[in-house]
Parts: sequence; structure tokens; C-alpha cells
Amino acid sequence: MFENEYDVIVVGAGHAGSEAAAAAANMGSKTLLVTMNLQNIGQMSCNPAMGGIAKGQIVREIDALGGYSGIISDKTAIQFKMLNKSKGPAMWSPRVQSDRMRFSEMWRLMLEQTPNLDFYQEMVTGIIVEGDHVVGVTTSLGLEIRAKSVVLTNGTFLNGLIHIGEKQFGGGRAGEKAATGITKDLVDLGFDSGRMKTGTPPRVDGRSLDFSKMIIQPGDEDPQKFSYLDSTQPLKEQLACHMSYTSSEVHDLLREGFDRSPMFNGRIKSIGPRYCPSIEDKIHRFADKDRHQLFVEPEGWNTVEYYVNGFSTSLPEDVQFKALKECDGFENVKFFRPGYAIEYDYFPPTQLMHTLETKLVDGLYFAGQINGTTGYEEAASQGLMAGMNAHLKVNEKEPFILKRNEAYIGVLIDDLITKGTEEPYRMFTSRAEYRTLLRQDNADFRLTPKSFELGLASEERLKTMERKKESSDAFVSFFRETSIAPEEANAILEEKKSAPVKQSDKMFKMFSRPEITMEDMMKVESVSAYIEEHDLDQEVLQQAEIQIKYAGYIEKEKNNADKLNRLEGIKIPTNFDYTKLKSLSFEAMEKLKAIQPATVSQASRISGVSPNDISVLLVYMGR
Amino acid sequence: MTNNDTIVALATPAGAGAIAVIRISGPEALTIGSSMFQSVSGKVLGEQPSHTVHLGHVKEDQRIIDEVLATVFKDPHSYTGEDVIEFSCHGSSYIQQEIIQYALRKGCRMAQPGEFTLRAFLHGKMDLSQAEAVADLISSDSEASHQLAIQQMRGGFSSEIKQLREQLLNFASLIELELDFAEEDVEFANRDDFQKLISRIRNVLKRLIDSFATGNVLKNGIPVAIVGEPNVGKSTLLNALLNEERAIVSDIAGTTRDTIEDEITIGGIGFRFIDTAGIRDTSDVIEGLGIQKTYEKMEQAQVVVFLLEASNFINQEDALKVEIRKIHEKYPQKAILVIANKADLISEGEKVKIQNELNVISGESEKSRALLLTAKTGEGVEELKNSLLDFVNTGALRNNETIVTNSRHYDALIKALEEIDKVQQGIDNKLSGDLLAIDIRQALYHFGEITGEISNDELLGNIFANFCIGK
Repeated sequence: MFENEYDVIVVGAGHAGSEAAAAAANMGSKTLLVTMNLQNIGQMSCNPAMGGIAKGQIVREIDALGGYSGIISDKTAIQFKMLNKSKGPAMWSPRVQSDRMRFSEMWRLMLEQTPNLDFYQEMVTGIIVEGDHVVGVTTSLGLEIRAKSVVLTNGTFLNGLIHIGEKQFGGGRAGEKAATGITKDLVDLGFDSGRMKTGTPPRVDGRSLDFSKMIIQPGDEDPQKFSYLDSTQPLKEQLACHMSYTSSEVHDLLREGFDRSPMFNGRIKSIGPRYCPSIEDKIHRFADKDRHQLFVEPEGWNTVEYYVNGFSTSLPEDVQFKALKECDGFENVKFFRPGYAIEYDYFPPTQLMHTLETKLVDGLYFAGQINGTTGYEEAASQGLMAGMNAHLKVNEKEPFILKRNEAYIGVLIDDLITKGTEEPYRMFTSRAEYRTLLRQDNADFRLTPKSFELGLASEERLKTMERKKESSDAFVSFFRETSIAPEEANAILEEKKSAPVKQSDKMFKMFSRPEITMEDMMKVESVSAYIEEHDLDQEVLQQAEIQIKYAGYIEKEKNNADKLNRLEGIKIPTNFDYTKLKSLSFEAMEKLKAIQPATVSQASRISGVSPNDISVLLVYMGR
Repeated sequence: MTNNDTIVALATPAGAGAIAVIRISGPEALTIGSSMFQSVSGKVLGEQPSHTVHLGHVKEDQRIIDEVLATVFKDPHSYTGEDVIEFSCHGSSYIQQEIIQYALRKGCRMAQPGEFTLRAFLHGKMDLSQAEAVADLISSDSEASHQLAIQQMRGGFSSEIKQLREQLLNFASLIELELDFAEEDVEFANRDDFQKLISRIRNVLKRLIDSFATGNVLKNGIPVAIVGEPNVGKSTLLNALLNEERAIVSDIAGTTRDTIEDEITIGGIGFRFIDTAGIRDTSDVIEGLGIQKTYEKMEQAQVVVFLLEASNFINQEDALKVEIRKIHEKYPQKAILVIANKADLISEGEKVKIQNELNVISGESEKSRALLLTAKTGEGVEELKNSLLDFVNTGALRNNETIVTNSRHYDALIKALEEIDKVQQGIDNKLSGDLLAIDIRQALYHFGEITGEISNDELLGNIFANFCIGK
């Protein structure tokens, strides 16, 4: 029924599993994707959107590496927004609203088109380990499937438990059953496991809503897209979202249900994300706020289903319903399904190496929510990295590890394996030390050459990137080398209330002024002529503008990053005996023993390890 | 450098003294110490309990090197955290060297400078800034600098920085909130408040950085330039100061026209007296060079002592006044002390007249004083000392305010100030939050170098604790 032995088996076909399977298969590994339901590949279990602040950068990185998430997001988008456009370019964050059903369908179709990839629908109930190597998985029918490596991407399914009010039942998502067996196998092998909690809001019937009472939130007038490839196009038409508010009346109604809330009566013990609180948590913790925002998001082009973002809750369904009816525009609301909370098993990610391979079992990789993360983008990027590394390991090649100054993905994985996480981990730009370097506009420059080298990113992708780079570099040089006469410059400067110049100077200088934009520069005849002559597209213009206007900051962050990389170069031997360093604080010693950082730099990021402890390490490492 | 061998060194200052202490530290300290020592009561040194003192002889074969007291400290209850033997021997350099040489023959290694403290640090007996304070303590000569080092060793230093860092961190959280949760219904960081905070931080940083100069002065002595002609009695004056305090005097030969530096401790504060030539206008080339030198020395000094003969004050009153004013104009920040010496050579009536003139000079500014004294008899020397102490701004120390003495901290503060200045520029240029954040983070990093760790988790934790965010 199956190949004798696969190179890679991926368990689970959500965002992590699908990217893992695609990456491994595209690199040439014989890959099997096993999932409980092949109709639910690439499901968006929560909000129908991809990207956002920090997350949009990750989607761009996945695309630059040759993953599928960017392309699928582009093809199934119903609205595009570039968030944070008023801030510096490092903050610009693309986000789309997605057609949930088409998104899932597109994943399935693209995976079907992927070479070397087999599919199988069944629940994986155990993993087979010989010595300290993983050699395959077992299924609920008792089948054994052999493989050289296994990537686990179980999402919220491991012993998933759904809560709505006082009711609770097993399940991995609304309407889907939980997965059992794997946690026990892993714990028996010596893994630590924990529980996490997350929640989701009610889905409602759009025909029952009065949008005239809400604030319309349309997409960008000039939509862009995720993929660096030309195979996808920006949206021509878009759907709008809407915004409404809760009120103190709504809060009062919600409070009436608190005694039946699993959050407050102690039924849910695990920790949920602080940045994605349930509505009951918001009104409980921030009692002085008399209203909270609700984002009403369409689930697709054709469906009438809407997602009530901001109203995540596990209160009893009757309380949810009564309270939501009090919100503007929701007076006649009809529920498709109530919100719920879900608890599930995860494995503290400090048990992993930078490749996402477990320290305990050779060839076994974890990606996505099983590592305590949240978010499609975080999951997808881990899946991609796990899939790539599984392939590289099977082929006895060097692992692929991204540094913190190279990609948000690098920050994500380093944070996970170094610091672990107590709550579902979501990416924020503030988690990155060098976010000026990690922009959405340059993910292709940062990552595509590396991925091409490893055989994942296509040649077409590399060529596209090289063209963009050549044109933008040439355009930047043009500004550096071409002078502008004071008369011409002053006409533009005056309009922007910028101090006039007295003599002819290079255009680069004028362009560097904070108030002068590319749009202003395009009024200069030689500039517009250059653009026309070289047929420069929007992306090249933007790239050149960023490189000129933010050169100083980019340079500064590069220098800061270089400082970090010096500590990065000081390796700590594996299985280093920290107990002999008596001057380490007890906490630092325990943490260092548990995490076994690879470098002094990684050690410095472990919470509880002080500069004093690092000095000790440096002295011992002979620095 | 390895840390598993046994080291030996003199633990008291080099040179002859009444007694000297030789310290042996490391895993073999007890064995080596025992083999070198013969107790009068026949006990084996290494078998004695920790923190006990024993009389006996350091003896090589049949040769007694010295009669000593041996103290036993056992791992981890010693200065270094290792086994330690200390021999208190007689203080001649010969004996010290003999005992150390003997220990080396027995398998010890000569300790590197500061290695005992390094081991103490590595064994968790003190933290980094304490270790640095120990180094300061060892080299501190005066009471005031000793007090500073002690203060720092007790960890009293960084509370002020900690506060600043916390305030900045709070603000950084607000900025991050704007960036990471821009879409949500959050309050934005008030730029006016931010401006105020940045100004406040700059002021504190500047004060702390300035205090480094005070700290340094306390550690190294306050430079005092003595301006006066060769025969006005400079040496006599210095000796008058010296005789009473019995301070250690070190002579550093100057270059042209003999600049001499003497260090004298007055009231617990070190003063470094720099002798110079006068500054009267002259056509003599050699004296001209001397005047150049004089100005250089005054440049370095914090206090200028203008020494003259009382009798001259009567004869050349106007010329002297001009000279004094010249100094005042050139160095408005420097304290000036005018001293009319050899008061015993003038009449009582003249004394009264001079005193009046001097009072006028004293009254001119807070930074000038004038005195009549007789260095030879010591009359008026006490007043001179009081005036010097008055000048010195030791208020900081007396109020227990933070004084920065550590050059690593000083460095971090300077860098933090640079970053804060950039933040200020950024605010002036209405820079967006993400770019401001680059400099804020660097500033936080430099604060962190003094107080401990900075991590981005702190920022997020702050945000989650204080703001309702998340859809």
C-alpha cells in the first residue's frame, strides 16, 4: 500500500504540515502527507486572514524561500491592506482577508501538483522509534509506515478539548475529532508535555447583520501582494470589512455568564495568549474600558458567513448570543456557530534544536502549534524549515538555520528553542532586534539565494530577484551620481517647505531629506526619464527609495547585528558541564543545563542568564 | 589561564613593612601550606578547622625561614572560594621573597595581578562590579575614595540607573505598542511626555557622567597648581602641609623649570600640588617657556594657589591685582586661592592693610579666597586647609548621591547619552516610532550593561500587563 520507506512523513496537513510536505517533496524527498481528513488541508481554524504586522513579513519570507503560503494567499485573497504605512518601511506589513474555502482548496490543488508527494487519510496514533532514531509511524488501523524522518504538525488536535460554557467535549476543531496516542508515545520517550489554550469567536450569518450601523473598512486603493513571483496578480476587486463596538450593556450581559465560564470557574487551567484575549478576559482585566472593537470579516467571495473578530469567547452559547445582539448592527444576528475555547497538548520547544529536530529522537521534527506557537504564518514557516531540514538530514547535508538578523523565521525559532514559551507564541516586530533589516520588501534578497542554493527556490525565483536587485541598485547609483541644479531642486523643496539649496548637488542628498519622497523626485525630469527608459516597476521604485532614505538606519542595524555575531562565533561544546562553573547563578546553571545553547550568544538570550553569567562563560571559553 | 592550579602571591603591599601576608590559594593550598609549615604544637596545618590561626615556623628542611602565624580557610569559605593558607610573616622583602620562592618550589604558580579576585568572581563570591570595586579599593589611598569603593562594593551604585531604565522601558513599550498593535484601539505614546522624559534622562546622565570626574578626583587627588616665584616659599608651604598630615609624598620630576607634584591628604581627600613658575609678562625667553608651562598646569588644575610674599603685596599691589584678575578671566571656572606668605616679616599695621585688600579679593566671587599666613611657623596653615576643603565639591559624596567611579560604567553612560541624544534628534525631526526605537533600544542596552539584562520580552510583558490588546 505504501512505499517501503519514505524519506519524510508529515503528520498533519494544516499550515505547518502542508508547507513541510511541499518543501521536502520539492527538494526531492519521497514524502507522505498523512492527515485525519484530506478535505481539510490548509484549514484556517480561526480568522480568515493571512499576514498582518510581523506576520506579513513572515509570509513574504516563506514565499522568498519557495513555500506556498504567499502564492495561495494571493490567489484566494478578497482584500489587501498594507498595514503601518505611516511608519518606516520596516513596519510595513501586508495582510489579506482570505476566502476560507478557496484557501483550503488551493492548498489541496497545489499539493496535488507537487512531485514526490503521496497522500493518506488516517489518524496517526503513534511513532516508531528504534534506538534513538525515528523510523516511522503507526495509524489507528494498526498500519506501520516506515520513514527516515517524521515531521509532527498536530496543531490543536493532540488530546484537544473544546469548551463552550459548562459543556466540554473532545475535538481538534469544531466538528472534528481529537487525536490521541501520540502524546503518550512521546512522554514515554521522555518528552515533557504541557497544555495550552486558545479560543475563537462566533461565526454569523451576514444576511442578519445591518452593516449601515457599522464603520466600513475597505481594502487599499492600490493593493499589492505577497508573492515575489509574477504568477500572482494584485486584486482588482475587493470586499470590505466592517467595524463595530461592544458597549457597557454588552459587558454587563457577558458578566452574567461569568459563573458558567470555563475561564473563570477553573475548568480551563492552561494558559491562553495574552495578546489574543477572549472578550470575557478583556472586560475582566480592563474593567475601566467601556467598549472594545469588533471587526466583522467576510469569509469569502460567495459565502454569507462572517467572522466576528474580537469576540473570542468560551461563555455559554446563550450568553454569547444575547450579548452580541446588543452590539451595533447585530440586533438581528443569527449564529452559524458559537465561539469556543480549546485546550491541547504541546511540547515545550526548548526540547528542539535550531533545525526543529528534537534533541531526544533523531529524525523527529516538530512544527507549528505542537511547539506552543499560534498563527498560520508562524506554523507555516516552521513547517517549511522542518521540511527542509528533514530533507537535508536524510541526504546528509548541512542543516539550514536562519539567524536572528536574517529573518523573522530565525527570530521565531531561536526564541522558541532558547526561551521556550509559557503562552501561545505569536510573532511581533518588537521580538526582532534588527527589524530594520527584516523588511517585507527585501525578504527575497535575504532568503531566495540561500534557498536556491539548497534546491528549493526555483531558478525563476532567483532570476526575478536578481533583476529586481540589479535595477534597484542601478537606480540608487543614478541618484548618487546625478546632480541637480538649484533651480530645479528648489521648486520641489519649496513645495515641501524644505530649506532651499544654493548650489548644484547630487540628487541623493536632496532625496535623503525626510520630507522628500520618490513622488517628489519623480518630478525631476532626469528621474522620470530614467524610470521610463528602464521601465522600472513599483517594486523597484520602492526598493530604491528605502535604500536611499533609510541607508543610515540600515547601516546602523547592520553594525549592531555584527556585534551580536561576534558572540555568535563563540561556540559552547555540546554537553558542556555547567556544574563546574560555581560562579553561575543557580537559575542560570539550571537553564543552561536544560537548554544547552550552541553559542554564548544564544546563552545570553536565555531568561535568567545575566550579563554576569555571560562574563563567567566568556572567561571560561577563554575570551 | 587555568583555574585548577594553586597560586601564591604577596597579599599586602609590596615593599618592607612591619608584617606581610603571603596567600596561597587553590586545590593544593592545604597540602602545600602544611608541607611548608611546622606548628609549635606539632599540629598538621591542613587538618585544622577553617578560620583558625596557628603559630609556627616556615621551614625548609632544617632551615627556618621565619616565625609566622598561619591562617586556614577552607573551600568555599575563603576570599577566593578555594582552600586558602595565609602566612603572616615579618615584613622584610627578603623574607617575603624567600617564602614565596619556597611556595613556588613546592608547586605553586605565581598569581597574576588580580587573580585572587578573578577566582573570587569565578567562584561566585562577588559579582562583576564588586570585583571592580575591590580593584579600586586596593588602589585607593585616601579615605574618601575608600568610602566610594566600599559604597560600590555593597551594590549601592545602580539604583539611579535602574530607575531611568525602567522609565525608558515603559516608554519604549508605548512605542512598541504603537508599532505592533497599530490597528487596534490603543493609546498612543504622548510625544510631549516623551520629550520630558528624554530631557530628564539626559540631565541625570550628564550629572552621572560629570560625577565621574569627581569620582576620579577622589580617587586620584584634586590637582592644585601653585603659582608663585621661586623664592616665595612654596616648599616651605608644602612642608607645612605635609608635616601635620604625615602624608606620603611622591616626587615626579617635571620638565623645563622643574614642575614638581606632591600628593597630600587633607581631611580624607587627596590633593595633588603642582608647582609652577609665575606668569608675569616677560621678555626673557626661558622664563617665557616657563610661563607657557604655568598656563598648561593651571589648565589641568581645579584649584589655583597664587602664592606671593606679603611684603611684595604692599610694594606691587596693583601689578599683583592685575595678575590675579588675568587668571580669573582666563579660568572663570577655577577656584583661586591667593596667599600672602611670610606674614611674620611685616608689621601689624601692614597686616591689617593687606588683610583688607585680601578680603576684597575674597569677596569678588565664590570661587576666590585670600589668606595671610606664615608657612615657616605654620600660622594660618589650618585656615588654608579649610579653604581648600571648602572649594572641593564633595557635596555629592556627603549626600550619598551616586558617583560613578567605574570606567566601564562611565563608558556605558557615555554611550547611553549618545543614543539618548540621537533619540532627541529623532523627536525633533518627527521620526517615526520604529526608527526612534532603534536608538531607544541601544540606550536601554547600555543601561542594561550596568544594571543587568535587557530583553525584548520585557517590552512585551509590559505591554500585555498594561494594555488591552488583541482582537
